[in-house]
Amino acid sequence: MGLINLEHEHDFLNELNYFRCGAATPFAGRYRLIDFTLSNMIKSDISEVAIFTTSKYRSLLDHLGSGADWELNKRHGGLFILPPQWQEATDISKGDLRHFRNNWDYFETSKADYVLISSSQFVSNMDYQALFNSHLESKADITLLTTHYDLLPEHDACLKVEVDADNQVKTITNDTKNPHVFSGVYVIKKSLLYALIEACIANYKENFFLDGVITNLNCLKVHSYYYEGYSVIINSIDSYYKQSLALLEIDNYRQLFSEWERVYTKIGNQAPTKYNSSAKVSRSMIATGGVINGEVDNSILFRGVKVGKGAKIKNSIILQHCTIRDGAHIENVILDKDVTITEDQLLKGAKEQPFIVAKNKTV
Amino acid sequence: MKKECVTMLLAGGVGKRLGLLTQNIAKPAVPFGGRYRIIDFTLSNCLNSRMYTVGVLTQYSPLELHKHIGVGKPWDMDRMEDGLTILSPFTVNDGGSWYLGTADAITKNINYIEGYDPEYLIVLSGDHIYHMDYTKLLQQHKEKGADVTISAIEVPWEETSRFGILNTTDDLKIYQFEEKPMKAKNNLASMGIYIFNWKILKDYLEDDATNNNSNHDFGQDILPAMIENNLSLYAYRFEGYWKDVGTINSYWEAHMDLLEDHLPFSLNNDEWRIYSHDSNFSPQLIDKNTSIHHSLVNNGCVISGTIDHTVLFENVEIKKDAIVKESILLPGVRVGENAFLQRVIVQENVTIPANTRIIANSDSEPVVLSNENLESIS
Repeated sequence: MGLINLEHEHDFLNELNYFRCGAATPFAGRYRLIDFTLSNMIKSDISEVAIFTTSKYRSLLDHLGSGADWELNKRHGGLFILPPQWQEATDISKGDLRHFRNNWDYFETSKADYVLISSSQFVSNMDYQALFNSHLESKADITLLTTHYDLLPEHDACLKVEVDADNQVKTITNDTKNPHVFSGVYVIKKSLLYALIEACIANYKENFFLDGVITNLNCLKVHSYYYEGYSVIINSIDSYYKQSLALLEIDNYRQLFSEWERVYTKIGNQAPTKYNSSAKVSRSMIATGGVINGEVDNSILFRGVKVGKGAKIKNSIILQHCTIRDGAHIENVILDKDVTITEDQLLKGAKEQPFIVAKNKTV
Repeated sequence: MKKECVTMLLAGGVGKRLGLLTQNIAKPAVPFGGRYRIIDFTLSNCLNSRMYTVGVLTQYSPLELHKHIGVGKPWDMDRMEDGLTILSPFTVNDGGSWYLGTADAITKNINYIEGYDPEYLIVLSGDHIYHMDYTKLLQQHKEKGADVTISAIEVPWEETSRFGILNTTDDLKIYQFEEKPMKAKNNLASMGIYIFNWKILKDYLEDDATNNNSNHDFGQDILPAMIENNLSLYAYRFEGYWKDVGTINSYWEAHMDLLEDHLPFSLNNDEWRIYSHDSNFSPQLIDKNTSIHHSLVNNGCVISGTIDHTVLFENVEIKKDAIVKESILLPGVRVGENAFLQRVIVQENVTIPANTRIIANSDSEPVVLSNENLESIS
């Protein structure tokens, strides 16, 4: 069974997270961040997925619905969105332990023996089966999915591991100089999960991974499964902007989006995008439902974006249903959904700090 | 359970004049518009008109069509009490046969229709590209107190010899039906969309079934008989874009119709959406040094070359320096480097090798390319 734990994900995307939690942030032209880990779980034959949500989850609920678009609305299995619902007055649990304690019946009812836990910030397109097999073969208590990055600012917030020759994890720290990064995805046996949760709650702890796993590293057998494929961590405006535009490089695009391994998302039912006589598009990723009359360079357009004649868009990310009217010039900008840029308007952000416009605004 | 109106969608057509496009699939299953199949338009019209009791009559090469329709989920047709039912020919105790004509298909399914005890029966075809609110058709039918209403569209006078022409009074009452007349008296063409008072139609169908000389066809047999018996037939004047994509030329033209800056017909219509399946491909990626004009592009495409007046279905790749003009590329097509294609329709999953040049003349039919004929043509 799968669990997407959003408890410790903070709203790092400023305007993009004013009205929605991080996991619901639109990404890569038609997805939301949570789609990647959710799709990976489906591909791995995980048929029950729970999501611990915290706040601003209306967007997420609307996006996920019954889970139909991820084939999760079935007789066997299902999607269980678990918002904070604290029943007992005598409950002393805190942080994500509170989620575990209050929703333990979901875990108990499932016939699965293992739980695969992830966040929404690690973006990859993979089948977790290999991770799971590695866990079984190594007979470890917990197996962490790790990878290697050329260090970027966004990795500072990540946990780093040090392993021995057998891929046993010796330390887990926040060492900013260590390139061996823990992705946030791990597999654990349900019975062990329960024992660690109980121990954390009894000791008034708030963070399951930090207090249940890292603290007990000495008495647990923790194994590292090394992932070699393409992946990115999105936990800041900087990483969001840079890693989005990095997908415009064909190699990266093909690694994340393969013809055979699709990423599932909410179905949009848009018509194919129309390129008119004055369209001039270069090095960009465009979703459907759009109408393009102007110039688009090094940018990402989500669905239903209308670009007027003489409009110029550069190094920007335009979310769904925005309208860029005739003659407008925008550069280094992120527009949240339903934004209108009026005729001949000029809007320019800095490459290091893109200008973000919150949803529904007219500029 | 009782329903006021049952819709019968004729989707059994062979579509011979579409050549290679319908070699292995029924005409309503032929891909259209970069994302859809032809039947999606009629099914979406049913959905948007809130007509949810639909029987789809299939016969010729129905596999792709059946898989595509399924239980009708994309069109909200998977419902508790009514919804969509696929009606293929079947055997009964004393035999059974294939559907012998458009009317025969309905006659053989009288049981299905009677199950809903409807007042009205709408007969549609799954071959046409158009947006239509069928409730307006039904409304006029009721207002005029008609026995039959036929949806009709004005066609250019030069083209009247290609259609079934309805000769009407000023009040739109039909007094004569002329199939492909040399000298037409009117330019209102039947769209093959009919609404009948069910009890009346049922009698005519049962009668027609016993007539061995009949072709069991609405246009040739049922409607003329009704006119002869002075039933009350009215024309409903349809205004808007309507195309019967029955030939390779009209199929290709209908696609080119979607590409001008100012459209007679737009797929991107929020008021009247066309629904279909979605394969979950990623957004399209446009490379540097490309040129894309007057074209439609769907998800999953990667474009590194030039396209103009072209429709790309999903997952099509145009490699560097390749040029594609006035063409339709079905899902999964790969166009190799430096290839040049003009006025072609490329079948699903065909790979066009690098440097291939195929140009169809503007005075001949666009060329349909498949894996089999690719070598001989290039």
